[in-house]
Parts: sequence; C-alpha cells; structure tokens
Amino acid sequence: MSKLKFFIPAIGFFVLALLLWRGLYLNTRDLPSVLIDKPLPEFEMKTVIGSQLVTNKDLPDKMFLLNVWGSYCLPCLVEHPTLMRLTEEGEMPVVGVNYRDRKNLAIDWLGVNGNPFSFSLLDEDGKLGIDLGVYGAPETFLIDQNGVIRYRHVSVLDETVWQEVFQPAITALRAEQAGI
Amino acid sequence: MIPELGQFSLILALCLCVILGTLPLIGASRNNLLWMNLARPVTAGVFVFLAISIAILAYAFVQDDFSVQFVQQHSNLLLPTRYKVTAVWGGHEGSFLLWTFMLSGWMLAVSIYSKSMPIDFVARVLGVLGIICFAYILFMLATSNPFDRVVPLSPADGADLNSALQDIGFIIHPPTLYMGYVGFSVVFAFAMAALLSGRLDAAWARWCRPWANTAWAVLTLGIALGSWWAYYELGWGGWWAWDPVENPPLITWLFGTAMIHSLAATEKRGVFKSWTVLLAILAFAGSLLGTFITRSGLLTSVHAFASDPTRGVFILLIFGLAIGFALLLFALRAPLMKSDFGFSLLSREIFLLANNVILVVASASVLLGTLFPMVYQAITDELISIGPPYFNAIFAPLMVLLILLLGVGPICRWKKTSAQYLVMQLGRVALSSVALGVLLPLVVLLKFSVSATIASILASWICLAMLTDLVNKSANKITRLQGLKSLSLSYFGMQIAHFGVAVMLIGAAMTSNFSSEKSVLLASGESIDLGEYVFLFDGMTSVEGPNYIGDEAHIQVLRDGEFVRNLNPQRRLYVASGSPSTEMAIDAGFFRDLFITLGEAKEGGAWSMTIYIKPFIRWVWLGAIFMALGGLTAAGDKRYRRLRRRQEELLAEDLKANLQPAL
Repeated sequence: MSKLKFFIPAIGFFVLALLLWRGLYLNTRDLPSVLIDKPLPEFEMKTVIGSQLVTNKDLPDKMFLLNVWGSYCLPCLVEHPTLMRLTEEGEMPVVGVNYRDRKNLAIDWLGVNGNPFSFSLLDEDGKLGIDLGVYGAPETFLIDQNGVIRYRHVSVLDETVWQEVFQPAITALRAEQAGI
Repeated sequence: MIPELGQFSLILALCLCVILGTLPLIGASRNNLLWMNLARPVTAGVFVFLAISIAILAYAFVQDDFSVQFVQQHSNLLLPTRYKVTAVWGGHEGSFLLWTFMLSGWMLAVSIYSKSMPIDFVARVLGVLGIICFAYILFMLATSNPFDRVVPLSPADGADLNSALQDIGFIIHPPTLYMGYVGFSVVFAFAMAALLSGRLDAAWARWCRPWANTAWAVLTLGIALGSWWAYYELGWGGWWAWDPVENPPLITWLFGTAMIHSLAATEKRGVFKSWTVLLAILAFAGSLLGTFITRSGLLTSVHAFASDPTRGVFILLIFGLAIGFALLLFALRAPLMKSDFGFSLLSREIFLLANNVILVVASASVLLGTLFPMVYQAITDELISIGPPYFNAIFAPLMVLLILLLGVGPICRWKKTSAQYLVMQLGRVALSSVALGVLLPLVVLLKFSVSATIASILASWICLAMLTDLVNKSANKITRLQGLKSLSLSYFGMQIAHFGVAVMLIGAAMTSNFSSEKSVLLASGESIDLGEYVFLFDGMTSVEGPNYIGDEAHIQVLRDGEFVRNLNPQRRLYVASGSPSTEMAIDAGFFRDLFITLGEAKEGGAWSMTIYIKPFIRWVWLGAIFMALGGLTAAGDKRYRRLRRRQEELLAEDLKANLQPAL
C-alpha cells in the first residue's frame, strides 16, 4: 500500500487528461446545444432603473437582443454606439442584463452614456448570467419572438460584427420562419 | 526564399533535438562518455538554429513580407517598426516560436553553467530538455508553422496587429512570462534526471536551487508585468481578474513557490525529497496546462489565440506523454528515495511543510475553479461560470494562514524548536503588529475597513518578525554590521522576498478596499470632485498617430486648489483594422493612482468619462519586484558556486575511476 500511494498523482493526472481531451470537443465559443434553440431561462428580477419586477412576459414580443453589460466593462463602451443606433433607429430592441455590477454605478453609467435598453435586468449576484452560461460582459444573445435563444455572440458587438455576423443570422432566421 | 530558410533552420533544430533527446540519455545509462559529451555542443546547435529561425521571422515582419501568412495576419504597412518586431509574438505561431526559442536559451544556459555537475547528470538534464524541445518544434512544423506562405497571390497589405497589443507592456510581458514559464522545464528536467539516475541528494538540491529560484523570480516578474499591463491597457481597472488564462501562470507560480521552499528543506535537511520532485513535475505541468488552455480554444478569454482542435490534441498529447511519463516514473522511483524524518512537531521543517500544503491547496483550488466549468460541461453538458467571488473566498483565507506561518517559519530552528523560545521571540511581535496594523490605516488614510486592518496587521507581522530574526541572527558577532555580513545571500534573498509579500499584501488590501470611481458627463470647462481631487475638463483635440486617428481629452487635476498635472485619455480608431480602442490616462504615484478612461461624445460637446482613484495599487507590483529580487539574490548565493567547485573535483576523480572502459 505504501508504494501504491505514489501512483495517486499519476492516476489523478490521467483523469484530468481525459477530461481535458473531452473538453477539446466541447464548443465553448458558441452556446452549448442544450441552450441554443431553447427558451430563455425563467426569471423574475428587478430592473436597474425603477426597480420594477419583471418576468419573461415583459420581454419584447418580436425578435430582440439580450445584451450582457456592466459599468466596469470598457468593451461595453465600444459596442455602446451600435446598441444606441439599433434602438434609436428602431432596427431592433435591446434588453440589458446588468451583470455583476452595483446598481448605483449602473444607473450612473446609463445616465452618462445613454440608455439603449428597453430595460435592464439587475443581475447583481450573476444568477441569470450563470443560467445563461455567460463568460463575462459584453455578450449578446439573439432571441426570437417566441423567447427562444437563437444565437450567441461573445465579446464586442460593433458595426462590423452587426453587419457580418448578426444580420446574416437574422436574415436566415426570418427566411426560415417565413418558410414555415 | 528567406522565410523558407527560417523554416529550414527550424527543421535542422528539430533534427538536432532528435540527437539531443536520444544519444546523451542512452549514453548516460550506458556510461558512454562520448555520447554524453554530445549534449553540450548539440544544445548550442539547437539554440543557434532556433535563433536564426526567429530572427528570420522578425526580418519578415520588418520587411513587410505579407506573402508569409503569419505576417499578413499580424502586421501592417503602417505599424511602427518596434511593434513589427514584437508582432513576432502577437499570434499563436510566432509566440510559440518565441516560447521554444526561450527554452533553447535556458538549455544553452544549463550547458554553460553546469561545469561543476557530473557529465552524466548534465547529459540527462539536456536530454530531457531536448525531448521537450523536439515535441515543441514538431508541433510547430505540423500544426502551426509561422513560415506558411499565402499562395498563389501575396496580399499587398496586412490585417494589422490587435490594437490592445500595440503597447510597451506587450513588448516586455510575453517574453518575461515565457522565460519564467519555460524556466520550470529546466527544474522539471533536473527532477527527471534525478529520477532516472536515482540520485537525489543534497548535492542535487544544490544544483537545482539556483535554477529553480531564477525561474521562479522571472515568472514572478512576468506575472506582475501581465497584471500591470492588464491594469493600464486592457482597462479592466483591476490588477487581477481571475481570468482563465491568468490562472495557469498563477497555478505554476504557486506550485513553484511550494517547490522552492521544499527544495530548501531538501538541501539543508535531506527531507521531503520525493515531494520536491513531485512539485517540480506539477509546476511544469502547470506551465504546459497554460499552453494548452490558451492555444486549444478550450476556454474563451481575452488571451485566447485562435482555436483549433488539432492543435489542442497535439498539445494535449505532449502534455499527457510528458507528465504521464514523469508521474509514472515518479511512482516507480520515488519509493526508493529515502528521506530523513528526524524532526519534531515544532521545527522549521513543519512550517515549510505547512507552507507547502497551503500553497498546493491554493493552487489546486485555482485549478479547480479554472477547469470546473469545462469539466462540468463535459459531464453534464450544461454551462456554468465561476467568477472572482469563488476565487477570493478560497484564496484570501488561505493566504492569511500562510502569512501567519510565514512570520514564524524563519525564526524557527531546524529539527526542533521549543515553544517557549517562539513565544519569547514572537510575543511582542504579535502584540505590536496588532497595534500597528490597527493604527496605520486609520492614521494614513483616515479610513477604516476590517479587511484592510487584517492586512496591515499581517504585513506588520511579516516585517516585525523579520526584523526580530535579523536582530537575532546578527547578534553573535562583535558589531551588528559584521553580524549582518556573516549572513548568507540566500538568507537575504528569503527576507527580501518575504518583505515583498508584505508590500504586495498592503497594496492588494488598500486598493481593493479604498478605491473610488465615478462615471461622469463633462462639457468643456466643467469640473468634478472625487476624493480630495478636482478634475477640470479643458476640452478635446484630435490626435493622429502613425496608424490610428483619435480624440484626446485634456483634463487638469487639482488638489487643494493647486495644479497637480494634466491627464490626457484618448479614444483611438486603428485605421487598418477599423477597430476602436480606448487609451486611459494614468497619473501613477507611490500612494495612489489617478486613472481616467474616456467614453463617448454626447450632445453639446460633453464627453462621458470614468475617473478612478486607486490607493496603493503600485505596491502590488512593487511587492512582486521585491519577491523576484529576493529569488534572484538567493540564486546568486556563492555557496552554490563554491560547493559546486568542490563537487567538481570529487566527481572528476570519480569519473576517471568509473568511466574508463565505456569507450
């Protein structure tokens, strides 16, 4: 037995290596298959501004973006003009998830930079973020009119990403729905 | 043509690695002196060809040779020359070449500064490193060749280097980090040579220690540079984010820290031998894991290179074979190594052991937190995220415990210390550090917070215990100065590094408890108060850089009505890639940093910006510098050189006696 204990590191390592090997074939860049094409997780949360209690029923009844942001997040400032333009021009509504932030800072941030969101969910403890499998802000989900997650984008959504990634995806989705 | 020469010398280096990874090792096990003696010249060859290879890649960047795909993807005609050179490590392929080149640099250093070690040992160390180097070069040639061409038509211009990488931090951070990381391969090779030869004694520990300390010190610097760079360039605002790619260096560092401590016990007392070897293997495993995580696309993060599963499989294969083999060898050989167990429950050995246990637990928890989302997904197919709250909750208490022990350990004697002695030495220290720790934050910052108070108590504890020890150890000579002079460099190294822990602790605690920030909208001529400072916005000007255009804000900082300085944060648009970036303006100070990031223009010429005051943040990096300095000081202790020389003479005779018929 005393000699066998020296094998513990090796055994532990092989388990780890197996898991890593399995991990290689998981697609972490996109949403895992279980969540894509699944409805948005159920929530009942307060909004950042006004502290109203909202649930899934309050979400837009057409296609919209769910944007994960935080006042601490500099890349969020980079994508901010795009989100502003989308809502100002009425191209697409955006719902915010204020992820692991402090409420007063979030309100300041919206006041200073402008508020592109129909409303922002106050996710102080990151619970909704965990349900969504969020890595961090910024992240953007495309949700269809039935409240089903159709696409996920990790990191900044600027005009280029909008044109090259989101618009084709949206066109494809619309075509698919028109076909049904 | 020239890039092909680069590739060709990469292939030559690979061939030399085949020789290096086989003949010297076989020679060492068969006592073939000729084969063992091949190790040094072949190592020099590997170094030379890798140097040629990386120089040619840099040349391709400087010459704007966009027919090379890697250059095309990471450079641009407008890019300033210094960034063209550093763009060599701006992407996966080139940075891996740098990594391999660093390894060959360490190998060359081992072959030069090992004159005192027996040749069979040197042959084994270099042989093991040769195998590792072989695997790296093969990986490069097979899956990520930096010299791949764009055929048939070469593009006229490149895509540009990621704008976040066009910065001084990027010039120095990756090379330093890699150098530290790769340095642990040397320690690993020493451990493997010990396992292969069955020789694991005080002499082995003495050979190993300067290398381990140096690698550790460089890694410390590399991580600190990364943290500093992330702070001011990526604008995370913090100095540590528990990012999945920041964690592997930390894991390696924690294992490495445990190892240099356990190595000290192995050298001085002949204890913890197999444990030291295991830690050397684990530290190396940490460095390979870091490579794997960043380069396989396993985890998504700021640092991640473009993901490619074939690369991942290849690195995992290297990782699995190297560490798997090492751990199996360990399992077979370690039981044969007899450690002495002659120490009592209250002795320096016990404190070093406790240090090791805590550091390994800390390292394992960071590893768990980093990999758990992936493992969880592998098992349940569901995704979760683990953030700073987990890491802070686990890490902080462990570090408190570690630092409490850190005060006692150096004062303790080897083998056996009486409890009375410790109480006598440390009783006053404990009382005065509590008093100091409670008072200092109140007096200096006029603020109170529980965790800052705990931190300053602990920092005083380290410093006062250290002073007590210095006073004790210098007391037995006629004058204090003589007493101090009689202490060894490695002793001072330890004290300097421990002092660094205290400095870093203060920095971390103060900045996370007393930082303040404010998001504001300012029009020209308006001002805002934060803390004791007033920030006055003087307006904007346009700026134009070599490869970007942008806006620059002019902000006057006033304190008590007196001008402190101007701060000029910018927003840039990099022309070639069209990517925007923000450049913060920082006024760095010993006691606080002022930090402004620029947002967007609003109606009426107002701009949004965020202003931060971060007290004591410089201390975090200052502490790391002290730690690194301590590690290097200890590595420079002349006892390693002196003892080596004596060893050399003995072993030369040994060799003459033993190795004659081998040829």
